[in-house]
Amino acid sequence: MKPLEPISFGARLALGLLFFVVFVAAWSLATFGGFVSKTFLADPLTMIDEGRILIVRYGFLGDIAITIWRVVGGFVLAAAVAVPLGVLMGAYKPVEALLEPFISFARYLPASAFIPLLILWAGTGELQKLLVIFIGSFFQLVLIIAVTVGGTRRDLVEAALTLGAKDSRILTRVLLPAAGPQIAETLRLVLGWAWTYVIVAELIGSSAGIGHMIIDSQALLATGQIIFGIIVIGIIGLVSDFLFKALNRRLFAWSTL
Amino acid sequence: MSKLSVENVSRQFPAPRGGAPVPALLPVDLTVADNDFLVLLGPSGCGKSTLLRLIAGLDRPTTGRILLDGRPVSAPGPDRGMVFQSYTLFPWLTVADNIAFGLREKGLDEASVKPIISDWLERIGLAGFGNHYPKQLSGGMQQRTAIARALATDPAILLLDEPFGALDNQTRGLMQEMLLSIWEKQKKTVIFVTHDIEEAVFLASRVIVMTARPGRIKAEIAIDLAHPRHYTVKTSSEFSALKARLTEEIRSEALLAAHV
Ligand SMILES: Nc1ncnc2c1ncn2[C@@H]1O[C@H](COP(=O)(O)OP(=O)(O)OP(=O)(O)O)[C@@H](O)[C@H]1O
Ligand SMILES: [Mg+2]
Repeated sequence: MKPLEPISFGARLALGLLFFVVFVAAWSLATFGGFVSKTFLADPLTMIDEGRILIVRYGFLGDIAITIWRVVGGFVLAAAVAVPLGVLMGAYKPVEALLEPFISFARYLPASAFIPLLILWAGTGELQKLLVIFIGSFFQLVLIIAVTVGGTRRDLVEAALTLGAKDSRILTRVLLPAAGPQIAETLRLVLGWAWTYVIVAELIGSSAGIGHMIIDSQALLATGQIIFGIIVIGIIGLVSDFLFKALNRRLFAWSTL
Repeated sequence: MSKLSVENVSRQFPAPRGGAPVPALLPVDLTVADNDFLVLLGPSGCGKSTLLRLIAGLDRPTTGRILLDGRPVSAPGPDRGMVFQSYTLFPWLTVADNIAFGLREKGLDEASVKPIISDWLERIGLAGFGNHYPKQLSGGMQQRTAIARALATDPAILLLDEPFGALDNQTRGLMQEMLLSIWEKQKKTVIFVTHDIEEAVFLASRVIVMTARPGRIKAEIAIDLAHPRHYTVKTSSEFSALKARLTEEIRSEALLAAHV
């Protein structure tokens, strides 16, 4: 293996799948082989069967839809405010000086610890779920985007100035396009974190969603259902990540040349 | 009438952590006539880039002032095109869009931008490359595009900071010829920074030799080789004599610079 040497698409796909196969094989060995008690860990077939029951009998697809809507809703809200704010902070140092210390502080406030407070303020409805995701992703997004935009190559800005770009146009003509690919990458990354917040939010005071199903299943010791829920989250994450990557590659073809 | 005048311009940089400020450029006086091809020649670190950035308006002088067509320079603007020492094409724009950057900032409509782009692509020998991105170009192609980008808006003066410094000898020679032929046809005022003596003699109508850091003007030498200049002039005896003279001027400075 040579460092940084690219590999073919086929090889990449095969290797990626291989690890999933290894994972399921190890899981099957542990459960079918009787190394782990059924109470603690369901085997793959039971998991699939219980998943089927969840879907046909208990309307699990509805839970999935609700969870997806919460993640997307909270994340879009956070991004809609965080991207412009982060860009402004990165571009204009007084804005950064004003907000950066507070946001650095707020970033360390654990979103999950806010859940009891948010239930008190916003009840257990959708607003509370959206707020958890908003808090969890907003501050991270702002800070990373501000650093990205602030790190734009100075010589590119200077080149634009010598070509007659007005100060007010530098933002749209240089800073945004230069930081675009990195901002998109940041959004993709933080969307992944939003998924962990939504489940935590649904574990407490919720009547629907994947997280709620997992808590219900725990009461029944239905480990097959829990694992099914977790795997569903993983698959949705994988698909959304894939779509996001494909979109970024299309939007910013120049950066991957 | 002089196009550009630099009056008593110096630049000090604040010292890192308290100490005495670092003088990068001692007071310089310089006038550049219309259509002059002025070359600033000096050892590394003598303040050539600093002086050029001051003229571009990207930096403010500690003392003195700079006048372009009689008006003081206070900020960068499209009347002074600049080609940088580093590659500064916008990586998200194609070659054509890079060339058009300044034109679009000027507010030109697309109908008038198009012919200017194809004209410049032709002139820099990149006719088939309009839709390529900078990453897909060689260093020489990138610097040619940067020159076209700087000239597309028809600036009053063109500033070049060692634009061919990172290129191999052959490519560098070809680029010098291309730049010179553009200048011979277009008659622009040019200030060109280099530490390469042969490059200075081949391009310049006037060479300013700067001292080692902190820089100041040490000598000024007129280069009266005839135009249009062909690359064969590099083997003429006149050329060698000028080269020898500049080598003498700069050698002592390079020695000084090497000792700091
Ligand atoms: N932003 C800065 N802050 C502090 N010192 C600086 C700065 N820019 C330049 N200098 C100092 O000024 C001196 C001149 O720098 P300058 O870049 O003008 O040299 P140069 O002649 O262009 O050299 P080269 O041929 O290597 O590009 C350098 O020795 C450097 O120490
Ligand atoms: Mg320099």
